[in-house]
Amino acid sequence: MKVGVVVFPGSNCDRDMYHVLTDVFNLDTQYYWHEKSLPKNIDAVILPGGFSYGDRLRAGVIAAHSPIIKDIQKMAEKGIPILGVCNGFQILVESGLLPGVLLKNESLNFMCEWINLIVENNKTPFTNQFKLHEKIPIPIANGEGRYYVDDNTLKQLKKKNQIVFRYSQVVNGSSNRIAGVCNPAGNVVGMMPHPERAVESEINPVDNKPSSLIFESLMVKMGVVN
Amino acid sequence: MATFNVQVIIENKPGISDPEGDTILNDLVLKGTHKTVSKIKTAKMLKFTIKEKDKKTAESKIQEICDELRIYNPVVSKVSVVVFDA
Repeated sequence: MKVGVVVFPGSNCDRDMYHVLTDVFNLDTQYYWHEKSLPKNIDAVILPGGFSYGDRLRAGVIAAHSPIIKDIQKMAEKGIPILGVCNGFQILVESGLLPGVLLKNESLNFMCEWINLIVENNKTPFTNQFKLHEKIPIPIANGEGRYYVDDNTLKQLKKKNQIVFRYSQVVNGSSNRIAGVCNPAGNVVGMMPHPERAVESEINPVDNKPSSLIFESLMVKMGVVN
Repeated sequence: MATFNVQVIIENKPGISDPEGDTILNDLVLKGTHKTVSKIKTAKMLKFTIKEKDKKTAESKIQEICDELRIYNPVVSKVSVVVFDA
């Protein structure tokens, strides 16, 4: 199984993601610079966190015009699992692969803290090993993390089961406490919290197993057994 | 061809919360003596300089750029384009 980690100018969680994929889960992982194309035989693509283009104009909007996004769009249509974390989520939203938008946190502060997620959709390639409504202790680290959709879109998201993660309590003013969503097909998932910072017991003060299930779900989906 | 200066103002659509504008209003302006102010909205302004044959073309070109490159996010923002002679 080949996993690609896309690197944009200003990505800063790409190495953490690569470390987790290779050293923790033994997956064949490669970096892909945003100006290059993705190989056809790739099995999953991850857009890591960071500050692509220094968040200029709006978080994720400039990276959403990178050449690699066209390949990611094609892969999304083919049903290949794609995960965007934090800035990766912002890029997926700005490129139109996921609905909604990420606004500045209601407090206007950069928020860096441990929160709890609730799994609302356990059918995606990144959540199939969770029980529905299972709790995930996980860190957030963002300034523009307040997910917003209008009421009609929110109804659609609920109807099509596109809400993947919600915060267990109000964190930043997100619509419906949404922390992560997927496309209607479910293969493209975006989330603000950082699973790559939570899968190892050495750096997780609460419980590293739930976050690990995000990556284990992908491996189950791909038929990989370690 | 003439040169035009174009102001592009990006602001939240009505109904989208603007915590920065609210803070400036409630915690700065209304705490002073300026009680007649009822609303403050923050916005971002981009200033373009462009060469086009006339004002109208300059305006439509800038609007096209804003839409095509998502200079503003239509989910939450609106944009106004104002053209000035350079």
